[in-house]
Amino acid sequence: MVLLMVVCANLGDLMLKRGMLQIGAVQISGPGIWHALLATIQNGTIWLGILFLIGFTFCYMTAVSWADYSYVMPAGAFGYAVQTMLAVVILHESVNAQRWVGVVLIVAGVLLVGQTHPSTTETKVLEEPEAVSP
Amino acid sequence: MIRIGLMLVFFICCSTGGEIAMTHGMKQVGEPGSFRVKALLRFAWTAMRNGWVWFAIPLLAASFYSLLILLSWAPLSVVIPASAFNYVVGTFGAKYLLKEQVSVKRWMGVVMVCIGVTLVLLTGQG
Repeated sequence: MVLLMVVCANLGDLMLKRGMLQIGAVQISGPGIWHALLATIQNGTIWLGILFLIGFTFCYMTAVSWADYSYVMPAGAFGYAVQTMLAVVILHESVNAQRWVGVVLIVAGVLLVGQTHPSTTETKVLEEPEAVSP
Repeated sequence: MIRIGLMLVFFICCSTGGEIAMTHGMKQVGEPGSFRVKALLRFAWTAMRNGWVWFAIPLLAASFYSLLILLSWAPLSVVIPASAFNYVVGTFGAKYLLKEQVSVKRWMGVVMVCIGVTLVLLTGQG
């Protein structure tokens, strides 16, 4: 499930990038943003990306319901490195040493941020209304 | 480079603001009493009547759209790692808005993410 989660997240982002490459750079102006909004709604690759991201959310929620967050979270952290690798291999982006060092620091930092107690505040539980006896 | 940085700040603000508002709203709503259909429907109805949830939804929509704009401007290998800055803003939000306890280890992680994102952004458009 964790593997499927990582695959869905990475493919989702890749599809969004592919879709935006097809649409082109968004111009920051009223007509530019409106045109880009219509183009994204009509773009099949963007919708495919959204479907993958919905799949990621489903896998993530299932994974954290089966396993500890501390087990699932590192997969998300390493996703930054996997995504950069996929950008090089599939999208042929050039990534220099400085960017790789930055990505490694981000992965290590996110792993540290994730190593915290999952709950430091109290959560209330919604009580079901008691059945009214006839 | 500057417009990417500014859009990244807008994306992070919308995304973190949306997540914090959603968390705050869902903490007010509480957990569902059980996983029976009636309890889940009651849970969804309570969530839909919460003002914080409605405040979060447009923020999260704006964050998704600003991510698309970022992807149209910059390489995937810049946008996705830089989006990890969410963890930095999220930690400050958790500490000062949601009053959660943040460990020294977590602050160290925040510093590493900051340095990493700066290095990635400095590599620019290439």
